[in-house]
Amino acid sequence: MTAVEEVPLSAAGNPIGFGSMRRVEDARFVRGQGNYVDDVNLPGMLHSAILRSPHAHARIVSIDASAAEALPGVVAVITGKILEGIPRPSLLGDNFAWMPTLSYDTQAVLATDKVRFQGQEVAYVIAESRYIAKDALELIDVDYEVLEPVMDAKMALDAGAPIIRDDKGQTDNSITDVHGNKTWESGNAESTAAAIAAAKADPNCVVVTQEIMYPRVHPAPMETCGSVSYLDKVTGQLTMYTTTQAPHAHRTVYAMVAGLPEQKIRIISPDIGGGFGNKVPVYPGYVLSVIGTIVTGKPVKWIEDRNENLTSTGFARDYHMTASIAATKEGKILAVDVDVLADHGAFNGVAQPTNYPAGFFNIFSGSYDYPDAHCKVTPVYTNKAPGGVAYACSFRITEAAYVIERVVDCLAQELQMDPAELRLKNLLRPEQFPYTSPTGWEYDSGQYEKTMRVAMEMAGYDELRREQAEKRTRGEYMGIGISFFTEGVGAGPRRDMDILGLGMADGIELRVHPTGKAQLRLSVQSQGQGHETTFAQIVAHELGIPPEDIEVLHGDTDNTPFGLGTYGSRSTPVSGAAASVVARKVRDRARIVAAAALECAPDDLDWELGRWYVKGDRERGKTIAEIALLSHSSLELPEGVEGHLDATAVYNPPSLTYPYGCYICVVDVDPGTGQVKVRRFIAVDDCGTRINPMIVEGQVHGGLADGVGMALMELIAFDTDGNNLGGSFMDYLLPTAVECPDWELGETVTPSPHHPIGAKGVGESATVGSPAAVVNAVIDALSPFGVRHADMPLTPANVWRAIQGNAIRVDMAIE
Amino acid sequence: MQTPAPVEYARATSVGDAIALLEKHGDEARLLAGGHSLLPMMKLRLARPEILIDLNDLDELRGIRIEGDEIVVGAMVTHAEILDSPVLAEHYSIFREAEKVIADPIVRNKGTIGGSMCQADPSEDLSAVGSALKGSVIIQGSGGKRSLALREFHEGPYETKVGDAEILTEVRFPIRPGAGSAYEKVERRVGDWPVASAGAFVVVAGGVVKDCGIGLTAVGAEHFCAPDAEAFLIGKAPTEENLSAAAKLAADACTPYADQRGPVDYKLHLAHELTLRVLRRAVASSQGA
Repeated sequence: MTAVEEVPLSAAGNPIGFGSMRRVEDARFVRGQGNYVDDVNLPGMLHSAILRSPHAHARIVSIDASAAEALPGVVAVITGKILEGIPRPSLLGDNFAWMPTLSYDTQAVLATDKVRFQGQEVAYVIAESRYIAKDALELIDVDYEVLEPVMDAKMALDAGAPIIRDDKGQTDNSITDVHGNKTWESGNAESTAAAIAAAKADPNCVVVTQEIMYPRVHPAPMETCGSVSYLDKVTGQLTMYTTTQAPHAHRTVYAMVAGLPEQKIRIISPDIGGGFGNKVPVYPGYVLSVIGTIVTGKPVKWIEDRNENLTSTGFARDYHMTASIAATKEGKILAVDVDVLADHGAFNGVAQPTNYPAGFFNIFSGSYDYPDAHCKVTPVYTNKAPGGVAYACSFRITEAAYVIERVVDCLAQELQMDPAELRLKNLLRPEQFPYTSPTGWEYDSGQYEKTMRVAMEMAGYDELRREQAEKRTRGEYMGIGISFFTEGVGAGPRRDMDILGLGMADGIELRVHPTGKAQLRLSVQSQGQGHETTFAQIVAHELGIPPEDIEVLHGDTDNTPFGLGTYGSRSTPVSGAAASVVARKVRDRARIVAAAALECAPDDLDWELGRWYVKGDRERGKTIAEIALLSHSSLELPEGVEGHLDATAVYNPPSLTYPYGCYICVVDVDPGTGQVKVRRFIAVDDCGTRINPMIVEGQVHGGLADGVGMALMELIAFDTDGNNLGGSFMDYLLPTAVECPDWELGETVTPSPHHPIGAKGVGESATVGSPAAVVNAVIDALSPFGVRHADMPLTPANVWRAIQGNAIRVDMAIE
Repeated sequence: MQTPAPVEYARATSVGDAIALLEKHGDEARLLAGGHSLLPMMKLRLARPEILIDLNDLDELRGIRIEGDEIVVGAMVTHAEILDSPVLAEHYSIFREAEKVIADPIVRNKGTIGGSMCQADPSEDLSAVGSALKGSVIIQGSGGKRSLALREFHEGPYETKVGDAEILTEVRFPIRPGAGSAYEKVERRVGDWPVASAGAFVVVAGGVVKDCGIGLTAVGAEHFCAPDAEAFLIGKAPTEENLSAAAKLAADACTPYADQRGPVDYKLHLAHELTLRVLRRAVASSQGA
């Protein structure tokens, strides 16, 4: 069942290749010796703080910063008016008050005309200490003329709704993408509509329609966002220590935004305390710290506090979905249509490939074999913080997996069919791969039924159903929920995928030193994924040198090649492939050097882990370490090989990889209080080849906790006045160990056929797949009460209300 | 990192010293006990006292002991100490049951009963426990000490009858032989403030309820109690029907408001449901079940 072969162990006891080994980065983390941005302290460094809007929508009448400027220790107070006066030699707007978003929209760095969400940046204070900077914020007097905000996305396009983006001359709150589209459609509208209409007319078919919301949540990394910027006026070099998941992409964006020459910009992303997509966008705070160092000539540190992170940086989801599913009464799915109202907040700051303005949501047809699918996404502006693609969502595949898995369960309930049986009837079959979905995705490989049966076996599915039936006779409500998800990760092929015009291929560089020790320089950026361990294992697998002999370097743009960064589970599918490719280049070069040393032709050599040897004579060979030294020696090399083994590569993925999995959740619900207890959670993931199974399991554990959190408690709602109701960890609830059961993990291994080592990426699988399993379990528990759906989060109040037939509308304040 | 506004700090050497400091600095001074409400409020700049008077050196405010027919709990006794106290557990299981669901171990290690009572958060669990048990507090000022029933202690949300230059020094609970007690809380996540909580003690003798107390929090029950429900039960057999009727009276005494923890109808339902559940268990415990 496992593709991880027995591999030899190094002297340090690590696998020379794939297999579980402890993360090398943990030695510093568990000792408190990590080096995060807030740990960076430069000589003469100043501190800063941002004044934020208390209103969701208001006109700025005036700003008086004189009292703040007079406070001892304050160095400068910067407002939008000041930024407006600084011309910018750039195509991306003519002054510094505005900046481009990753979706070709504009976003205010500091508000000039209006504030458009609660928490928006209004003024920036630079001072000698963080305390003084915060004290100064209270002395800035802003006169606001409060305007009616647009808080209910469903009313954003109503005639007469307040116009949010009058700065762009808009006459409504619609969003137009870079291609000029106001809605984003995928699949075949006509055939899908026809299939659904036919099913409605056919007594042997059913059509189930369900409104399903995926509410706004927040990635809430433990480390908030921040940066330390320093422009050295002597060299003209801007060095920026910053919390970014994509250091190289950020460098290019700063070059474009600030008009600075890119060769003079160095981005250093040191240890990052969690990202989950929150650290992909460029935020006003980062830009302000750059402006701060330009203005003061000194290093300037900006670090968000928790409330700032939760209220102003990239949120996730906020999709109002209506799904219709047509099927025969025997349970054969015929078609699915999804209509989405997408709440993007006040600026379209979504970070996704340009050609995919709704992210990869249109992979919603899921893991099932049916011909017709269609979706239409209508994006709108509201007076909320910008963002949208974050929180380990694989570019909105969370929303896609959730809507299909929820509506399939609604169908099962309508058909009175076991949801496992319904899924088994419709899962794609192994011989259908590579499979082109109705919305155009080419799934690479999968053994879906096998994976599902492993999960059902681990869960004891039939026994659980018997227990459930028996408990119901006693008035006890347990529920069993299934989710079967397919992701497309590893963005992506350059022909199709770019962000702000930057193609999503990744560079890599492998240096092999004379002693046979190596340095691998990555473009991607770990935020906890364990890159320093797994990437060394990939090189170890290809070259046969111990992983502890390979130093993995990342996070410093001056010392690593260009690439688009770590998000969307792309590190292993793209940069992991690059690591394999570059190591094979080294291996091929080593073969030429070895041949010269062994006085034979390269073709006369065979490879075994770690060494080239003469065919038919295993004793005559050279290890990589020996070859490395030879490559630096006076050994005469054939023409075309100058020396050394070092190599570079750029990996342009031919396609995405498609990890998938089957999750089963068991819950107990107290109908008297609405409390949900997650009793068991079985997760069987197929992410192809597992480089380090222990790290894979750790990733899955984290994602499952995310899923429990989203399903049961995490939420950013707003009241009608525009107040963010999830702005602190007292209000924005993250799950703890108490809410998480002992995860029961399983695996199947179906390698990707087009990835050099068959790996598919797993960082987001559990976050994508688990919320539906939890919700399906709760709804299953409540089905005796006639409940077919309730939106996340299924708090005790919401569960109790669902039983009363009156589930809570989650995106607005509870009334 | 959250940053509070500038603040002065003094460390009291005795209760008398603390009172003198309070008199000196007026109403801009705040007493610092466990600090788990005050310090976050200061960091968010929702509170900005000019001086903190730290009570953490005052051993005279620590300790749990029996005095006559009362259990005396010093104001600086922590939640963790209440949770672990064999004296409290012997007389009332409500303490352990409530403390297990108050915040988390880190907060419980620092947070104090006196601080909780004086913070007077309308969702405070210990306030419901204190009202259920009909406890009292000792309040000390430069003029001496006074005793006040907990059911007269609160003036409203975040307001108590402790004066500007006074300190709550003790919380006292009457011992009731044969009492059973229980506490139930519904929270959205472990460590969260309650959506609703209820606690009760019941003394059953001769087949009828001789004495009882019902406490509720987070549901807008005046003084965290439900006297009509208690009066209804006294002298009645603790049947399911009577307990349910009492629980309904308890819910009727509540005026919750809607927030992200839940709507009004749900909170009223919980007031009824949780009161019924704690009454059942308190009765069973009193009856030795």
